[in-house]
Amino acid sequence: MKKRLPAFVITFIIWLLLTWPGKEDWQEQVFAGLICSAIVAALLGHIYPQRAEKLLQPKRYLWALVYIPYFIYWCVRANLDVAYRVLHPEMPIRPGIVRVTTNLQTDMAKTFLANSITLTPGTLTVDIIGQDFFVHWIYIPTEDVEEHTRLIVGRFERMLKEIFE
Amino acid sequence: MTFLVLALGILLLCTFLCLYRIGAGPTAPDRTVAIDILGTLVVGFCGIYGLYRGKDFYMNIAIAWALLSFIGTMALAKYLEGRSFDE
Amino acid sequence: MSDLVATVIIFIGLLFDLFGCIGLVRLPDIYNRVQASTKCVTLGTCMILIGVLIHAGIGALGIKALVCAVFILFTSPVAAHAVARGAHFFGVRLWEGSVMDKFLEERESQKKDK
Repeated sequence: MKKRLPAFVITFIIWLLLTWPGKEDWQEQVFAGLICSAIVAALLGHIYPQRAEKLLQPKRYLWALVYIPYFIYWCVRANLDVAYRVLHPEMPIRPGIVRVTTNLQTDMAKTFLANSITLTPGTLTVDIIGQDFFVHWIYIPTEDVEEHTRLIVGRFERMLKEIFE
Repeated sequence: MTFLVLALGILLLCTFLCLYRIGAGPTAPDRTVAIDILGTLVVGFCGIYGLYRGKDFYMNIAIAWALLSFIGTMALAKYLEGRSFDE
Repeated sequence: MSDLVATVIIFIGLLFDLFGCIGLVRLPDIYNRVQASTKCVTLGTCMILIGVLIHAGIGALGIKALVCAVFILFTSPVAAHAVARGAHFFGVRLWEGSVMDKFLEERESQKKDK
């Protein structure tokens, strides 16, 4: 029951955003939403979220507010970088798959780290085995493994640790 | 009006580039990626067309399309990996 | 004023879409294509939808566009990751100009252990 409640609340908020009740029929919409969220929470409540008390700690939201602009900055830089490589007549690429390691423990944090890596300049997560990320890099600057970890993971790891762990 | 024609023209060009990649291959993953990208382009198209017509049900189509495109790509990726779908 | 800002944002998004699709055609192997197309088309489509939000204001159309943008931002990297992994297991090797492939080494060493 304790696990089902956050699932119910999240599902209901998503329902309200998706339907966005109009002026005339908002009672029906909200009522249908309550029933649907209850069904979803009863059937699938065990898969998310793992530790719900994290949702109520305001410090995590503050870090998320810091993280979002930082992420958007790197995301726009990534796009300009890709545009440069694609439009350059000789295509300056030097691709390969490198291995980097992370200290993050929870699945949620690792998922967000993998997504962030995929959307930032020149990198794409291919697989995760335990603590090791295999990252395809479009332009490998050095052969040094420590340097790879610092360049790819170091950008986001600290903030994600504050948000998700 | 010119805005809509220009925007849809750019999206049409993108679509033809994706179709070229779907046709030319050379491997199955290339085609899968192109199909995924095509789905995302359709979402953008629905957004622009919904804005032009001022109707919000185009966005419903876009959300459903994004969901189905994601599930389809995941199924194709599982198939490429050589595993069954329920794993 | 907000109409002008929205139009500019939508056009920047469309340009990124176009760059992504050019990358899909020009780059030499599957992994580079996944990279370029996923990054550019994800941000491009998100910018189009944010432009729709700014143009339409808070209402059914705008909020749905925002939800759709967040959804694409979360799912698109996951799909790219799945396709790249599937391609590696499918047997597609990296482009001949590539520098290293640590993932192939790892998979072969695991096979030997078995």
